[in-house]
Amino acid sequence: MMKILVTVKEVAEVEDDFEIDGLGIDEAYLEYDLNEWDDYAVEEAVQIAEAGDDVEVVSVTIGPERSEETIRMALAKGADRAIRVWDDAFESVDLLDVAAKTRLLAAVVEKEDPDLVLTGVQAADDGFGATGVSVADEVGFEWAAVVNELDLDADGGVANVRRELEGGVEELTEVDLPAVLTIQTGINEPRYASLRGIRQAQRKEIAPMSLDDLGFDASALDSPIALTGMSEPESESDATLFEGDAEETAAQLAEVLREKGVGAQ
Amino acid sequence: MTVLAIADHRRGSLRDVSYELVSAGRQLADATGGDLHVAVISGNVEEFGEKLNLTGVDTVHTVENGEEFNHDVYAGAVEALYDEVDPTVLLMPNSVNGLDYAPAVANALDLPLVSDAVDFSYDGGLTAIREMYGSKVETTIEVDAERVAVTIRGGEWPAVADTGDAEISAFDYSPDGDLGSRVLGFEEVAGGDVDITDADVLVSVGRGIEEEENLELVEELADALGATLSSSRPIVDAGWLPPNRQVGQSGKVVTPDIYLAVGISGAVQHVAGMKGADTIIAINTDPNAPIFDIADYGIVGDLFEVVPELIEQFE
Ligand SMILES: Cc1cc2nc3c(=O)[nH]c(=O)nc-3n(C[C@H](O)[C@H](O)[C@H](O)COP(=O)(O)OP(=O)(O)OC[C@H]3O[C@@H](n4cnc5c(N)ncnc54)[C@H](O)[C@@H]3O)c2cc1C
Repeated sequence: MMKILVTVKEVAEVEDDFEIDGLGIDEAYLEYDLNEWDDYAVEEAVQIAEAGDDVEVVSVTIGPERSEETIRMALAKGADRAIRVWDDAFESVDLLDVAAKTRLLAAVVEKEDPDLVLTGVQAADDGFGATGVSVADEVGFEWAAVVNELDLDADGGVANVRRELEGGVEELTEVDLPAVLTIQTGINEPRYASLRGIRQAQRKEIAPMSLDDLGFDASALDSPIALTGMSEPESESDATLFEGDAEETAAQLAEVLREKGVGAQ
Repeated sequence: MTVLAIADHRRGSLRDVSYELVSAGRQLADATGGDLHVAVISGNVEEFGEKLNLTGVDTVHTVENGEEFNHDVYAGAVEALYDEVDPTVLLMPNSVNGLDYAPAVANALDLPLVSDAVDFSYDGGLTAIREMYGSKVETTIEVDAERVAVTIRGGEWPAVADTGDAEISAFDYSPDGDLGSRVLGFEEVAGGDVDITDADVLVSVGRGIEEEENLELVEELADALGATLSSSRPIVDAGWLPPNRQVGQSGKVVTPDIYLAVGISGAVQHVAGMKGADTIIAINTDPNAPIFDIADYGIVGDLFEVVPELIEQFE
């Protein structure tokens, strides 16, 4: 029996034109979806489960009730059950920092006692890129960040991974289990949930967990890190923008390209 | 206040961000008239130590231990150095290796962590600027703690190049017990038939293309312009183009005469691979897309309308 815990996050995607309202983006311009990196982490876990026997995949999220829709996607793709950590106390928090997320997720890891934890490299919204490795340290697991290939040797007690470094170089590393791996996009091809999967997901359990259930009070969310401002970056653009319809703009661009010798041969 | 910055290196050379960490660290140290310590762990520390003897650095700590990065060694060594140097700010790079040890170190030392900072100041506490939502907004983060760990984004601070008169001192550290992770080797990926770094003109396609079938359109454009086709990461992740076509931090760094970005937003990791192009042109429906910040020419428009017209211009 092997257990894989996958952390997933519902992230907000921002429309092209948006407005900032105080310390956040106006809700009217946000659309919620499963974090891109987590989609790959879920797929990786499900593929391991499908290839082995007796592998349980549990997905965990920290998020409001709305995020049940997102976590159902993980269930529809093949996770066996889910946990959703939330509490009224979260409503008044502008930014959940890495340390707070670490406390909460580490408590879940300790309850579930998995052999492997998969997270995304980063969340597309706040982009800290730190939670997985921080949790690993907190629970005393080994870890590897930015993994784009995973070969699990559960009997040998190791995971052989490739870490994607900069500049087209990969590092081949052997990591002792239990471990936390942060999963990079491209490691696999995430499936679309099938109709059958979506139906089955309706019957799967999403267990709610409050701060109290995890053995905390509201102070677990306290953080010395505060979000105190949000603004649209000043455009540094000094680009020449061509005006007109498609034909006109294309003609102007073509002229610039020809001047630079493109298409001359 | 004392600042401790950890250098980044790989396969025999210091990475650019190491020199940027020195100016970032000096900026903070200056705010309070303090010292800047820089540490380099593993590799040829003697050579690295000399290279890191740069203007503004007070002490370079060299930690001899194996050739290459190993996060267990780094985490242990940085924690030991932290105890020794007692810094107010611990600065690390937001590189792929930084991602692999900085969060563990911050957690072990019970330090609040601000990652991927693009600017900061210090006035009794740290105030940092970092982006969210893929560069769509900038946020201000204030840290109400005496000590803090920060990782910095590459390319945001100037690199320090001038030799200084730092004290170089060897720091003794060896991990206790067996390491839980072992680096077995490296592999260069993304070889193959086409070398996009050789091209004078690149037509580069991003997620705006929506479907694999639509790639034909940009292939046709590349043909019409006598250009080579490259792409952003999602196109390669989806398997629509091979890895040797990917431009960016984890792909190729290209410096063509002309880079035509079609349906690419201009995320930092993409820009890291193409900002050196002579002329950058963007076609994108979103006037706020960060790609326009670095573009020389642009069309705010739908690629499915503009590209066919552009092809026609060259037929
Ligand atoms: C560790 C790490 C390494 C990475 N390495 C790389 C790397 O090497 N290279 C890389 O590219 N990325 C890399 N990334 C990913 C990067 O963060 C971005 O996710 C990626 O670059 C986005 O690609 P994109 O611009 O094609 O897609 P998006 O960001 O989704 O942008 C699509 C753009 O298309 C525009 N668009 C949509 N429809 C149309 C239309 N009809 N006409 C015109 N425009 C349209 C949209 O306005 C948008 O700006 C890395 C990320 C991480 C975490």
